[in-house]
Amino acid sequence: MNLLTVKDLLNAEVLCGEENLKKEISSAFACDLMSDVLAYVEDNTLLLTGLINPQTIRTAEMMDINAIVFVRGKLPNQAIIDLAKENDIVIMTTKHILYESCGILFNKGLKGASIMHK
Amino acid sequence: MSTVNLEYKVAKEDFSKAGEASSAIKKTLKKLGVNSKIIRRVAIVTYEAEMNIVIHSFGGKIYVEIDTEKIKIIARDTGPGIPDTEKALEVGYSTATHQVRELGFGAGMGLPNIQRCSDEFSIESIVEDYTQVESTIYIQ
Ligand SMILES: Nc1ncnc2c1ncn2[C@@H]1O[C@H](COP(=O)(O)OP(=O)(O)O)[C@@H](O)[C@H]1O
Ligand SMILES: [Mg+2]
Repeated sequence: MNLLTVKDLLNAEVLCGEENLKKEISSAFACDLMSDVLAYVEDNTLLLTGLINPQTIRTAEMMDINAIVFVRGKLPNQAIIDLAKENDIVIMTTKHILYESCGILFNKGLKGASIMHK
Repeated sequence: MSTVNLEYKVAKEDFSKAGEASSAIKKTLKKLGVNSKIIRRVAIVTYEAEMNIVIHSFGGKIYVEIDTEKIKIIARDTGPGIPDTEKALEVGYSTATHQVRELGFGAGMGLPNIQRCSDEFSIESIVEDYTQVESTIYIQ
């Protein structure tokens, strides 16, 4: 699924990275716990979260996540948007709650990221 | 490639800058052409270690030593130290505050995440003195 489809399905507003919307994602991961994000392995994963702070962008950078959806209509501040731009990360915001956002994308065939168990 | 040594200062409680050291380390490793899976493991180790210094210590440093065989990361701080390092390594053990939890950390997964990504791991701490975490990741 590409990011443009994600944007349309979630009725989302793109806050940065408009030029990268044709990028494909192969799975998604949703949580408000960054240590959980740091425990998963796949590339091209979309992160859905209600957590808005610089640590969300840093975590995405560390894990090579190139797109984030903020849920419940949350808007990050300019410093956070700038950090995302600097790292080539697409961010968008949707009014849907986390549960609904995931449900919509899952219904359209976007699978969950596989977690490394050890 | 000869040995490359990196060193970054990490300040306590500076959440706006937290992650800058890890970000710089990651960018350097990319430039050096290190395999992306290895870079990801190093990134997890340095970022969790950096967050621990920011959250739990009075400030410290992250040192990275890169040669053709391995990447060694040392995170050392001065601070309260850890009374029981065995316990600190358990998933879910955390003394983090509510404020830290709101940043998406403080679930007691940091040290376990570091250990999981390391080929060699050790932690050393003296209460009211310092904490030092060492992680080695083999290249290839
Ligand atoms: N650098 C440090 N200095 C002092 N205490 C630490 C340090 N790193 C970890 N700890 C202690 O070990 C616990 C577990 O660490 P960690 O697994 O990273 O979880 P978290 O940071 O989410 O609490 C912390 O809550 C803290 O009590
Ligand atoms: Mg931690």
